[in-house]
Amino acid sequence: MVTTRTHIAELLEQVSDPEIPVLTIMDMGVVRSIKEIDDAIHIDLTPTYSGCPAMQTIADEIKACLKANGYNKVEVNEVLTPAWTTDWLTKKGRQKLQEYGIAPPEESSVNKSLLQGEPKQVTCPHCKSKNTEMISQFGSTACKSLYKCNDCLEPFDYFKCI
Amino acid sequence: MTQQEALFTYTQRLGDSSLILGHRISEWCGHGPKLEQDIALINISLDLIGQARNYLSYAGEVEGKGRDEDKLAYFRIEREFKNPLLVEYPNGDWGQTIMRSFFFDVFNYYLLNELVKSKDEQLAAIATKSLKEVTYHLRHDSDWVIRLGDGTEESHERMQNAIDELWMYTGELFDMDEVDQLLIEAGIAPDLSEIKTKWEAKVKEVFEEATLTYPSETWMQSGAKLKGIHSEEMGFILAEMQYLPRCYPDAKW
Repeated sequence: MVTTRTHIAELLEQVSDPEIPVLTIMDMGVVRSIKEIDDAIHIDLTPTYSGCPAMQTIADEIKACLKANGYNKVEVNEVLTPAWTTDWLTKKGRQKLQEYGIAPPEESSVNKSLLQGEPKQVTCPHCKSKNTEMISQFGSTACKSLYKCNDCLEPFDYFKCI
Repeated sequence: MTQQEALFTYTQRLGDSSLILGHRISEWCGHGPKLEQDIALINISLDLIGQARNYLSYAGEVEGKGRDEDKLAYFRIEREFKNPLLVEYPNGDWGQTIMRSFFFDVFNYYLLNELVKSKDEQLAAIATKSLKEVTYHLRHDSDWVIRLGDGTEESHERMQNAIDELWMYTGELFDMDEVDQLLIEAGIAPDLSEIKTKWEAKVKEVFEEATLTYPSETWMQSGAKLKGIHSEEMGFILAEMQYLPRCYPDAKW
């Protein structure tokens, strides 16, 4: 039997990240809990970065998606604990990033020392070369930094490990 | 003073520091020396404003009078802002902007490292989140201090000038009063004198690598963080930041 929670989790697979549309919010690991309290659905959402401008859009899209499927009472709450980490990106999400041309985080955040946070090697998502270099620690969105491949010469985004 | 009043003040100090620095840095949007650096500064600015939002939203809750983060950011007057002078100081050139951020990042990094252990759960949560971001800020700004300090004759001179310009505002970061005292005893806030020691060591280490001179002991200007006596710059910042919501209080995107 499909429970309401499983059903909702499946529905939320349709809600994509507004800034990286190839990922769903479930791939990102930003949905922290789905609860059914009385006749309302409560969803806890955590931001990837404190200033993530996509939070409101995501909350609105969750509500719209669930409403279209008959869930009229939906509450979306923002939670900060535990703080989001790239370790929560699903395997499928990492695969999709790679195919989309964004290098997924290379290491687990547990292994990285705080002040020397960059991985030793980032693999180019285009030609798979490991001969790459960082151009800038900050990219087009808060969660990415800019890299360049020294073999195929293509620039690419790297999903920062936090 | 009750613990609740102290926490309200303390949380505003944290929030205002991030808000005003974030606002200052955002002035670089579209003016960065290179596209990558423009983007980097705006990312940092966004992080800081996001952190400010978390702090001020919590400050509003602690106060319990129905003020949210927007009410606090846009409808307080100059004297009610509790950021240190350093963060309201004008951007100047790229070197001065980087140096101002660097001084603040080192402080913020060590502060957050302690605040994650705060007995106040929400402050600890905000700090844990912010620390991940501030670690990147510190790396970015340290790299630039080193690159420019140990760069050309001109870049070195500009960085040294930036230090001389800003140094007298660094002491205020560590100012404390009865608010801190009360919260230190409650295990909520860290003792800033311990953070000062770490700050000095880190700044010295980076300056050494950057071939920059660490200033000798000097008189420090303060008054904004604890008393709300700001520099003349603050009014201009608020005029720009608060204009829209004050003219159109219910404006929506």
